[in-house]
Amino acid sequence: MAKVPVQFRLNGSDRAAFADPADNLLTVLRRGLNDFGPKYGCGQGTCGTCSVLIDGELRLSCLTLAAACEGASIETVSGMADGPNLHPLQNAFMEHFAAQCGFCTPGMLTAAKALLDRNPNPSREEVIDAIAGNICRCTGYEPIIQAILSAARGMPAQRRS
Amino acid sequence: MARFRGRGMASVNYPIGMNLGGDPSQALIHSNPDGKFTVALSAIDLGQGMKQVTRQVAAETLGVPVEDVYVDTADSDTGPHDMGSFASRGTHRMGNAVIAAAREARGVLMEAAAEELEVNAADLVTDGKGNIHVKGAPSRSITVRATAQAAQFKQGKTIAGRGIFLIPLSSVDAETGEMNPNTAFAHACLVADVEVDDETGDVSVLGMSSAYELGRVINPKMVEQQLVGGAWMGISHALYETPEPYYPNPDHGPRDFNEYLMPGPGDLAPYSITILERPAPDGPFGGKGPGEMCANPVLPAIANAVYNAVGVRVNDLPITPEKILRGIKANGGAKPQHRRGGAL
Amino acid sequence: MEFRKDLFQNERDDNLNVVGKGVQRQDMPGHVTGRSPFFDDHAFEGLLHLKVVRSPHHHARIRRIDTSAAERAPGVKRILRGADVPVNKNTLLSLINFGKDDEPTLAVDKVRYKGEPIVAIIAESEAQALAARALVRVEYDPLPTVFDVEEALKPGAPLVNDTYPGNTFEYHEKYDHQKLRFGDVERGFSMAEFIVEDRYQMSPIEHAPTETNGSIAAPEQNDRFVVHSCAQGLFFSLGTAAKIVNLDSNRLHFIGGTVGGGFGGKVDSLTEPLSILGAMMTGRPVRYVLDREEEMLYGSPRGAERIYIKDGIARDGRILARHIRSYFDAGAYTRLSSYAAIKCTAHLPGPYTIPNVASDIYVVYTNRCPSTAMRGFGITAVDFALEVHMDKGAEACGMDPMEFRILNAYRDGDMKAHRRVAKNTALIECVQVAAEKARWPISEEAKRQSSLTGGGGARAEIPATPIDENGRFGRPDTRNGRSTQTLPAGTMRIPMTKQPIMEGSTDNRAKPPAVPQYEPYRPASAPPPPAYQPPPAPAPAPAAAPPPAAPAAPASQHGAHRFSSIFGTRRR
Ligand code: FES
Ligand code: FES
Repeated sequence: MAKVPVQFRLNGSDRAAFADPADNLLTVLRRGLNDFGPKYGCGQGTCGTCSVLIDGELRLSCLTLAAACEGASIETVSGMADGPNLHPLQNAFMEHFAAQCGFCTPGMLTAAKALLDRNPNPSREEVIDAIAGNICRCTGYEPIIQAILSAARGMPAQRRS
Repeated sequence: MARFRGRGMASVNYPIGMNLGGDPSQALIHSNPDGKFTVALSAIDLGQGMKQVTRQVAAETLGVPVEDVYVDTADSDTGPHDMGSFASRGTHRMGNAVIAAAREARGVLMEAAAEELEVNAADLVTDGKGNIHVKGAPSRSITVRATAQAAQFKQGKTIAGRGIFLIPLSSVDAETGEMNPNTAFAHACLVADVEVDDETGDVSVLGMSSAYELGRVINPKMVEQQLVGGAWMGISHALYETPEPYYPNPDHGPRDFNEYLMPGPGDLAPYSITILERPAPDGPFGGKGPGEMCANPVLPAIANAVYNAVGVRVNDLPITPEKILRGIKANGGAKPQHRRGGAL
Repeated sequence: MEFRKDLFQNERDDNLNVVGKGVQRQDMPGHVTGRSPFFDDHAFEGLLHLKVVRSPHHHARIRRIDTSAAERAPGVKRILRGADVPVNKNTLLSLINFGKDDEPTLAVDKVRYKGEPIVAIIAESEAQALAARALVRVEYDPLPTVFDVEEALKPGAPLVNDTYPGNTFEYHEKYDHQKLRFGDVERGFSMAEFIVEDRYQMSPIEHAPTETNGSIAAPEQNDRFVVHSCAQGLFFSLGTAAKIVNLDSNRLHFIGGTVGGGFGGKVDSLTEPLSILGAMMTGRPVRYVLDREEEMLYGSPRGAERIYIKDGIARDGRILARHIRSYFDAGAYTRLSSYAAIKCTAHLPGPYTIPNVASDIYVVYTNRCPSTAMRGFGITAVDFALEVHMDKGAEACGMDPMEFRILNAYRDGDMKAHRRVAKNTALIECVQVAAEKARWPISEEAKRQSSLTGGGGARAEIPATPIDENGRFGRPDTRNGRSTQTLPAGTMRIPMTKQPIMEGSTDNRAKPPAVPQYEPYRPASAPPPPAYQPPPAPAPAPAAAPPPAAPAAPASQHGAHRFSSIFGTRRR
């Protein structure tokens, strides 16, 4: 099948890849551009491990056609830290021991970032809603909820965008 | 039509490690010339925290700060043989192997320090902060760093250690089942409060409270991770999960997380844990291993709580609304049992 | 989470440097930055993708396999069939000599469960492998199936696994189940005031780790293969793969250790052998990853267990006898189920001291996906059954469930049913703390009990035990036979395992003086007799003969098979 070129911004850098028209974004990010941050957990849209932000919106990269991302700005967990400085959510996940195997963590962090970007002071229910599409088989979710709540509490206003 | 509250409990023990024995673990430790250590293993970290448990055990035994130790696992070219991460064996078996390796490395470290300080190695102690000094005379000291440099460049000593832990293979008697199984047991008792809706058969877990005896807790944060995550899995096993809802009928296999049910972040119950520590005589610093047992008491405690709430015994897992409703119907209505104790 | 440091305080030295501290996990920075290297997070130039054709039937003879159309499909590099697998029959525990090889990597003449792999397709992309998979034609003659563990044991049931013609794993080259016999349960039941009997069913369970099973194998320098694996046992998987692809172990370089959840579902080496074989055959890196549907349906689950329990309870609440019969649903092949039955046997009768215990644990083959280890393997299901049964027992004798457990709990020095003395016990304390936390009222007497005292004595004795030869395989008529012999009280037939010796601790080097070493607590003098003595072992069967002079030495190895079918040690 003829491959088509796709160009987008990935974590602030311009990137290009040749993709099969049927390729999903997850495959292109991982196998085309070697960004192994987003994970394959199901390829069916039911686990959230592949979550990315496309133009600021939370998306499942396994259900997104790569070709449809032409010109978009994509953020993955790999670009979440500001250089060596971790994002407050990353720090909070560490402090709250909110990862065990760590496989759901990239998706959880991405979903949490999407939440805090639009709602800096979420309630517990809003946090639960925000991660309801993300499966974690290890932690029992509670440490993840706590981490997100505490990151929201501790985030200075200017870092919240 | 009403919601009924009920309380149930269960108490369990759990064997640590493959109970036939014959499950060795090996470890290697070496030091850089500046006294920073690498532990090479082939043990697997699947989230349970193997890397950190062995790191703490190595640092404790070596007598150095935990930041001075990194664990490298698992590469079959560098990490020596280990049976694997299952049967709650990791902390116990690999922990002991790491202690053995760290002891050997520490032995050389102390000899090298003794040579530098011109004292007897037996008179030296570590302060856990990167220094070695004469017992009772902290001023007569040398850093681990200087010791390692001297060992490498002056004395020609390898600050390194090998360790293995093996419980030998045991046979089993065909007629009586006599055997020498696992060597250590952990214990737990858990109380669960539920609410059962007699119209829908729906069960909500209102809260749980437990006491776990786990030998020495190597890292309380990681024990908490296991117990909280495991209790969630216990609720899931008790009330939600099955690939064959009408087992042994093999139909209805689930294909995704929409068809295979598990509680989500909105279905959690408050959970209070109390830890008891009765060190295992043969465990690393007395450690046992909570990785598997953390779900076990939850299943029966919930089943017993459901009975306490509506008088229905569900003997087949999972406890689905359908089974509860059938039970209530067979009993001619919900039959709440005697209430027990105060709020969790 | 809180600690009760006051309990067992004199058995611990709490002045440790890092052990006991909640310091950060070494792997956490990698987890939160997405840098933890899972098996699939490795880039390879020219990576090929492998997918398998699976059986749509639960049980069928394979008449014909036609891969010609698939071979011509775009992107297809290689197709593997059973004949391409160098050693196409294996059982996982053959690495420790346990059981017979019974499972092919790719099915050849028969499929024994729905989803069994038959053909592997290696192509340039996953999509091409999937497209080619649809072109493989397999013709089947469906065979009768059996899904119920008890149906599978009936005469005339369909034969599932040709290696085990009785549809059960074979223990000790002799029996279709593993036995546990301690005391005389029938006598215990006859003396009991209450008999409580019930049947329990544990569901199969998916491990459902967020990371599915998979591996990438690639040719490496020096004519070796590097394998990125999610195995739970690195050398276990390496050894299994080396056997199946028939390579020396040092030609495989396994890298793993960072695994996206396992829970027991990543012990079976489901993908490594085919990835390696693919890399050997194509000379290119090959990636074989289960998709979520395959993981759910055909990644081995926790096996279902059916458990029957019968308890005999005295008027005062002491359990006099417990009988357990349990069936592990292994699915079509053994994998690790044979071991779970042993582990379960050692666990019975749960954390209680019961003077008469017997169990029969069967590992049964059915036409479903082979089951395997899962968190709490051999224990979780039976704990569910035992603890629900304990609730019923307490109700039957009119006792509070907490008190009922404390009364029957095992204590230091008690003899367990597998004929070893309990030590380091703490069940009573756990029950007491849980009761206190839940403000669940228990009696002052129950609060005074301790795991440290009251055990041993009569409770440490091995009772006279009737044994039987029921369930000799191939002889279903023996299943309900009578006891053939009574072992005298005190009989032990298996030598005690040596205490482990830790290398590095006994060499001639100067001993590191400040290594914190755990010393088990030894009371300076015998503890004062407790005010309340737990009941001594009630009414064990009268000794048929005086205990042998040296009970620790095997009085007679007669009839004692080493675990022969398993470890290859023959009866001597
Ligand atoms: S991989 Fe996209 S939702 Fe699971
Ligand atoms: S930490 Fe393992 S899935 Fe969430």
